Amino acid sequence: MWREPWGGRLSSPPVPGAKARTAGLRGACGSAKKTRCIMDRECSQLLPSVCAVLADSRQLVADDTFLEKFLDWFKTLTETESSLLLLQENPCLTELITCVLKLKDPSSSTLSFILRLTGIFAASESCFQYLQQRELLISLFGEVGPLSSALWEEASVRSGWVQGVHSMVQHQSALHFLCSCGAIEVIFTLQGDPSLFVASAANQLLVHMLTFSLQSFQTKPENIKDCDWPICAQKLIVHIEESLKSNSASRIKQSLKLLTSVFGCCHDLWTEVLWSRLSEPIVYLLEEEPVHAGHSLVDLFLSMARSPVFSCPECSLWTSVTCALEHLNPAQVGRLAVGVLKLQECPQAVKIQALSVLLQPMDCVLKAASQPLEYPGLLNRSVNDSATVETLLSCRSSCASLLCQTLTHLEELQYLTCLPVDLPHIPLLQSVVTILQFCIGLATPASCLGNKISRILIGCFRVQRSALDILGALSHWESPSVFIGSVFDILLAYLKSPDTSPTVLKKSFQATLKWLVSLSEAPSSKDHWQQTEQFLQDLFLVLQKRLCSPYWEVRDSALEFLTLLVKHLREKEGFRQVLFSSEVPKLTEDLLEDPESYVRASAVTAMGQLSFLTHLISKKPGVENGNVKEKSIVAQLKEILSTDSEGFPRRAVISVFIDWLREGHPDVLKDTEQFVSSVLQAVNSDLDWEVKAGGLELAEVFSAQLLGRLGLAACPYAAVLSSATRSTHLSESLQIFCQVKLFEFLFGALCDCDRPVAQKACDILIALKAELCDESSLKEGTSAGLSTEARGIAWLEETLRRWSSCAKPCPRGDADEAGSQDPNGVLLVLRTVDLEGLHRSLNRSSDHIEKSPQSLLQDILATVGTLEENEADCY
Amino acid sequence: MLDCGLDMTSTLNFLPLPLVQSPRLSKLPGWVLKDGNTFLDKTELLDLSTVDVILISNYHCMMALPYITEYTGFTGTVYATEPTVQIGRLLMEELVNFIERVPKAQSASLWKNKEVQRLLPAPLKDAVEVSTWRRCYTMPEVNSALSKIQLVGYSQKIELFGAVQVTPLSSGYALGSSNWIIQSHYEKVSYVSGSSLLTTHPQAMDQASLKNSDVLILTGLTQIPTANPDGMVGEFCSNLAMTVRNGGNVLVPCYPSGVIYDLLECLYQYIDSAGLSNVPFYFISPVANSSLEFSQIFAEWLCHNKQTKVYLPEPPFPHAELIQTNKLKHYPSIHGDFSNDFKQPCVVFTGHPSLRFGDVVHFMELWGKSSLNTVIFTEPDFSYLEALAPYQPLAMKCVYCPIDTRLNFIQVSKLLKEVQPLHVVCPEQYTQPPPTQSHRTDLMIDCQPPAMSYRRAEVLTLPFKRRYEKIEIMPELADSLVPLEIKPGISLATVSAVLHTKDNKHVLQPPPKPAQPPASKKRKRVSDDAPECKPLKPLLSGSIPMDQFVQTLEKHGFSDVKVEDTAKGHIVLLQEAETLIQIEEDSTHIICDNDETLRVKLRDLVLKFLQKF
Repeated sequence: MWREPWGGRLSSPPVPGAKARTAGLRGACGSAKKTRCIMDRECSQLLPSVCAVLADSRQLVADDTFLEKFLDWFKTLTETESSLLLLQENPCLTELITCVLKLKDPSSSTLSFILRLTGIFAASESCFQYLQQRELLISLFGEVGPLSSALWEEASVRSGWVQGVHSMVQHQSALHFLCSCGAIEVIFTLQGDPSLFVASAANQLLVHMLTFSLQSFQTKPENIKDCDWPICAQKLIVHIEESLKSNSASRIKQSLKLLTSVFGCCHDLWTEVLWSRLSEPIVYLLEEEPVHAGHSLVDLFLSMARSPVFSCPECSLWTSVTCALEHLNPAQVGRLAVGVLKLQECPQAVKIQALSVLLQPMDCVLKAASQPLEYPGLLNRSVNDSATVETLLSCRSSCASLLCQTLTHLEELQYLTCLPVDLPHIPLLQSVVTILQFCIGLATPASCLGNKISRILIGCFRVQRSALDILGALSHWESPSVFIGSVFDILLAYLKSPDTSPTVLKKSFQATLKWLVSLSEAPSSKDHWQQTEQFLQDLFLVLQKRLCSPYWEVRDSALEFLTLLVKHLREKEGFRQVLFSSEVPKLTEDLLEDPESYVRASAVTAMGQLSFLTHLISKKPGVENGNVKEKSIVAQLKEILSTDSEGFPRRAVISVFIDWLREGHPDVLKDTEQFVSSVLQAVNSDLDWEVKAGGLELAEVFSAQLLGRLGLAACPYAAVLSSATRSTHLSESLQIFCQVKLFEFLFGALCDCDRPVAQKACDILIALKAELCDESSLKEGTSAGLSTEARGIAWLEETLRRWSSCAKPCPRGDADEAGSQDPNGVLLVLRTVDLEGLHRSLNRSSDHIEKSPQSLLQDILATVGTLEENEADCY
Repeated sequence: MLDCGLDMTSTLNFLPLPLVQSPRLSKLPGWVLKDGNTFLDKTELLDLSTVDVILISNYHCMMALPYITEYTGFTGTVYATEPTVQIGRLLMEELVNFIERVPKAQSASLWKNKEVQRLLPAPLKDAVEVSTWRRCYTMPEVNSALSKIQLVGYSQKIELFGAVQVTPLSSGYALGSSNWIIQSHYEKVSYVSGSSLLTTHPQAMDQASLKNSDVLILTGLTQIPTANPDGMVGEFCSNLAMTVRNGGNVLVPCYPSGVIYDLLECLYQYIDSAGLSNVPFYFISPVANSSLEFSQIFAEWLCHNKQTKVYLPEPPFPHAELIQTNKLKHYPSIHGDFSNDFKQPCVVFTGHPSLRFGDVVHFMELWGKSSLNTVIFTEPDFSYLEALAPYQPLAMKCVYCPIDTRLNFIQVSKLLKEVQPLHVVCPEQYTQPPPTQSHRTDLMIDCQPPAMSYRRAEVLTLPFKRRYEKIEIMPELADSLVPLEIKPGISLATVSAVLHTKDNKHVLQPPPKPAQPPASKKRKRVSDDAPECKPLKPLLSGSIPMDQFVQTLEKHGFSDVKVEDTAKGHIVLLQEAETLIQIEEDSTHIICDNDETLRVKLRDLVLKFLQKF
C-alpha cells in the first residue's frame, strides 16, 4: 500500500492553523506543469556547467538515473518547444555533443546518453537539418562513429544508438539518412544481439520504421502494391522474407516477432498486402516437422486475428490458422485456440476446431479412466492425431503442464460473456472431476495411459489447483443431480484429506463456494436443496476440523470461506439451521484469540458476518441468551480495536463496524451515536493509518446517514425543507456531531502525518462544510457575534488544540463531556480553515519540489562536487 | 537372523483384559476371559538353535527375542544398539507388566485342538497355527534374553567368524534404529528395515554407506502408504483440539516410545495457539517415566538439531518443559497418584495400541459411552476397527490418524536411485499394489531390474555367487617370491606354501623346511610320518605353435609327422615311431610304447616352446 508522510518535510508537528496558513501559501504558487515544460532562466544558466561536467570524461556521473531524468526532461521540452530554438538558445548542448565526439575515451554511459539526446533533437526535421549540417549525425550514427569504435562492444552504447535512431525516425529525411548511411544493415544485425534489451529495441525500431515509412505512403488502397512501396519498406520486407526462408531458427523467430508487432500495432490496409506476400513462407514453416517456432507463430496468428484487416471469413489467414491448429504441438496450440475462441469475428468452423483442440486432452483423460462404452467422450471426432496428446500425457515432464494449460484455457472460456460454440459442459465437468480423482488416487485407470496418468498426477498440486479453478467456474452451468453429487463428493474428498496442501485447500474452498452460491441462485435450487443440505452438513464437519488446524493458513482460509459463505447464503433458512447446529460459530469466536494476527483478522470478519445471523436466530423463541452473546461480540470487537497489538485485526474490526453501520446492524441501531463515538475514540489513538482511514469512512457513513435522515443530504429527489425546519435540523445534526466528537476526530485526522488520512479527513470536512455552513447558519453565526475576525487566528489555533486534546480517549469520556464543544464554534472553525487550499496542497505529492528540472540540474552538479571532494580526501 | 519381531495381531482375537472387573465384558456369552495372553505366531521352518547371530534393526523388531533365546536352545549372539536395547526392554517390561497384573484364574488350551477350533466362531476358527500361540514371557526371561545382546554403535565394524563383517547404520526411524551392512571382501548385502527419510527426532538415515551393494534387502516400509505423516499430525491436532474445546476427553492408545515423542513436541507448539494451555496431558505407562527420561539422555542418537541443544545446554525434547510446567504428567498406572490428580477434559496417552490390555482398556470402558470423547489411533500396527470390536456399541468418536514415518514408495524409489544396488530383494507385498487399491500402481516398488520378491516361508537364493576369497601371505613367504612379468603390468610368481584356514581366515604360511637327514633310526621313523616334500617342478605356460613344433620334430629326425586337429587341440602322429602327442589347452600327453628315452626327448622338445617359472 502506498504511503506518503505528506507532512514529513515540516520540521515540527504543525499546529493546524499554521498548517492551514502554510497550505494557503503553497496554493498560491503557479502551476507545476508550466515550470516543467519551458526552460526557465535558472535552468538555462545552470545548463552550461552541467554540459561541461557531462563532457568531461574525468568527471564520472556515478548515478546514471540523473541522465535518464535529464533525457526525460528534454523529451518533454522538445514536445512543447521548438527543438531548433532550444539548440540555438543553448549552444552548450551542441558543444556537448561535439565535445563528447572528440573525446578519445568517453565513458559508455556518456556516449549512450549523447546518442539518445541527439536522437531526441533530431526528431524534429529542422533540428535534424541543423545537426546534419554540422555533420554530427553522420559522426554519431554513421559508420565512422561509435559503430566502429571499441565502445560498440558495450551493450549500453548499442542500446543508446538504437534508441537514438528510434527517436529520430519521425520524418522522411531521417529514413533517407538511415538508408543511405547503411544504418539499416546495422539494425538487422542488432536484431540478433546477445543483449536481449538491444535485440528487442532493434526489433521495435524496425517495426516503427516499417509502419512509419508506409504510414506516410499516400496511395489509394486498391493501388497498394508492394513494388511501389518506399525503398526503406522494401528493404525491410526483403529482409523479413529472407529470414523466414532461412533455416536459422533464431532469424525466423525474430522476423515472426517483428511481424507480430507490425500486425498488432498497425491496422492499415497495406498489412493485408504484406501478409499476401509473406503468407507462403509462413505456411511453409507450419508444415515442417517438427515445427520450431511454434510459440512465435501462435503470437503472430493471434496478433493478426485481432486486426480488423483480416476479419473477413474468406481471408487466407483462417486457412493458416486452421493449419496451425492441426500441426502445432498441443502444448503450444492451446493459446491460439483460446485466443481464436475469444474473437468476435472468426469463421465458425475455425472456432469449433479450436474448441476441439482444447478438449482433446480432457477427452483423453476421461477415456483413460472409464470404460469407453460408458461415456462417449468429449469429442465426436478427433481434430489432431490423438497419439501426440497421449504421448504428452504419458510423459512425466509434459503431462502436468499440458493439463494445467488446457484447464486454464478452458477456465478462461467459462468467463466469456457469450461462448461462440456449444461447450459440452457435462462431459467437461466429468473429465475435470476425473482429473481431480486421479490427483488423489481415486480414479480407476482403464488403460495403460490411465495407469501412467495416475502415477504422474497423484499428489500433483499444480494440476489440482488448475482443476479446482475450472471446477468452480463450471458451476454456472445447470447440471443434473447426479453430476452435482459427484462434484460434491470430490470437493469433500479434497476438503477432508489431510494431505491437501494449504493452497489446494484454499482453491477447494473457492470452488465449493462457487457451487453453493450457484446452486442457491439457480432457478432449480429447490430441486437440489436436499442434496445441498446434506453436503452442507458434511461440509461443516470438515470446516470444524479445519478451524482447529495447527496450520494458520488453513484456519485462515477456512474463516475466509465461512465469511463468504455466510454473506451469500445467509438468506437461506436451511443454511442457517445447519450452521447453527454445528460447532462452527463457537469455534470462530474462539479464534478471535488466535495467536496469529491474520487468523484473528479473519475471525473478526467472520464474526462480523455471523453476528447478523445470530441476531436473526436470537429473535426466535428457544434460543436463549442471544442478546447477551451478541453484546459480548460487540464488546469483544471493540476490545480488539483498542488493545490488539497487530494492525490486521484492528483493520478488520473497523471494516466490520463500517458494514454494521451501513447495513443497520441491530446492535448499532440501538444507540448509533454512542457506538460511533466510542469507535472514533478508539480509532483516534490508533497509530495504523489504515485503521484511521477506516475510522474516517465510518465517520463519513455516519454523517451521511444522519444528514440523510434529517433530510439535509443533497439528494435531488428529497422534499425541500422549509428554511425554519432546515435550520432546526441543521442545529440538531450539529449537536449530534458534537456529541460524538466527530469534529475533534476529523480535525485530528487532518493533522495526521499520513497523507491518505489527512486527504480523506479533508474531503469529509469539505463535504460537511458544504452542508452545514450555508447562508442561514452563517447569518446565525454572525448574529451571535462570533466572527473569525473578532476572534483572530490565535483563537482558531487554541480551539483546535483544545479539541485535539479532548479527542484523546479518557477513561470514562462519554457523550456528556462532548457537550463542552460549542456547535457555533465548530461552524466558525469550518468556515475559517482554508479546507480547499489544504485539499490542493494535500493532493500534490511530497516530492513535487524535487521533481523540478532545476533541482535535477543542481543535483547533477552537486554529485560531481561531492565526487571531487571525495577525490581530494583520498589524496 | 535378521530381526525377530512379534506379530501381536493374534491378540485381537481375544477379549480385553480389564484392570477392574468389567460387568459388561464378563457377561458376554461364550468364550470369555480364557487364556487371554500374548502369543507368538512362528513357523517351524528352521531350527533356531542353529542360528549364530541375530541382528536387530529397531526396538519393535526384537519383541520375540525371549521366545528365541529362552526356548529354542539358541546359543548365539544378538547385536543391537544401546537405545534399541534400552527402549526394547521398556516395551517388553510394559507388556509383561500389562499381562501379569491381571492374572488369570483359569487358562484354557483345549480349544487349540483342531477339532474344537473348527467349531469356534469366526475369526477364531480361521486363525492359522494356533498351536504355536504362546503365553507371554516373564521378566526373568526378558532379562536373560537381553543379557545375550551385545551392544554396538553406528558404523562399528563387527567381524562374524571371519566370514563376514556386519555394520549397523542409522536408519532414521527410531532412537537407535539401524540398517545393517553385511559384507565380505567381495560382496556387500544391505539390510534396510524400518527406515525414514523424514526429519523427526532420531539421527538422519545414512544413505551413502548403502551404495555399491550387490543386494539390498528392503523391508519395513510404511504400513499406510496413503497416509502422509505430516497430514496425519495435522489431523491429530485438529481432532484433539476439537474434542477438548467441546469439553470431551481424548484417548491416544500408543507405545511408550517413538511417535509419542514427536506428538508431544507437536502439541508443545500447538497447545498455546489452540487455547489448550489449561488442558492436562497424561502419559500412563509402567515405563512412562523411564521412557521420557531415556529419550533425553541418548543425545548422540538424535537428529542434528536436538544434538546441538544438548550443548546449550537444554533438554533435546521439549516434553521436559511440559513436565516442568505441569502440562504433561506421567504415571505408572491409573492407580495411586493418578486418581487424585485426574481432571477432565484431558488427553491421555497410554497403551496398549491393540486395546486388549493395559490402562487403555479402562479408559475405553470409562469414556466409550459419551460422544463428546474421542479415541485417536496413531499406531499403524493394528486395524482400528478390529481393535474397537469388543467395545461396541461405542458412542465415543473414533479417529484414525496412523503416523508411520517409515519409507513410502516415492521415497523408496528416490533411495534406490541414490543407492543403486545391483539387486533389490523385498517381500512380495511390496511388488504389487495393495489388494484394496489395485489401481494404485504408484504404491509398489518400481525399480530396474525388477525387485526379487519372497513370500512367507520361502527359501530364496540371493542373486550373487561367491567367487573369490581373500588369502593373506605371511611376510617371510612374500619375501621369498620372485615375480616374473609375463605381460606388461602382470607378474606371476609360483608359491609353495601351506594354506592355513581358521575362522574363515586363510593364510599362506611358508612350507615346513625339508626334513633333516636322519640322525638315528628313531628320528627317521618320525620323519616318515611328516608329509613328504618333493622338489618342486616348474610351472609351465604358453602355447605350442604347431608349424614350428612340426619343423623342430623334423629337424630332430622325425619324418612322416602328421597333425590332426581335434576339438580340444591337436594330435601329432609320429607314424614311424608309433607315437602319439596329444596337445590340448591345458595338458600334453605323449603316448609311446614303453620307450622312455623317446618320451623324454619328445618332452624336452615340447618344453622348449613353453615358459617355465
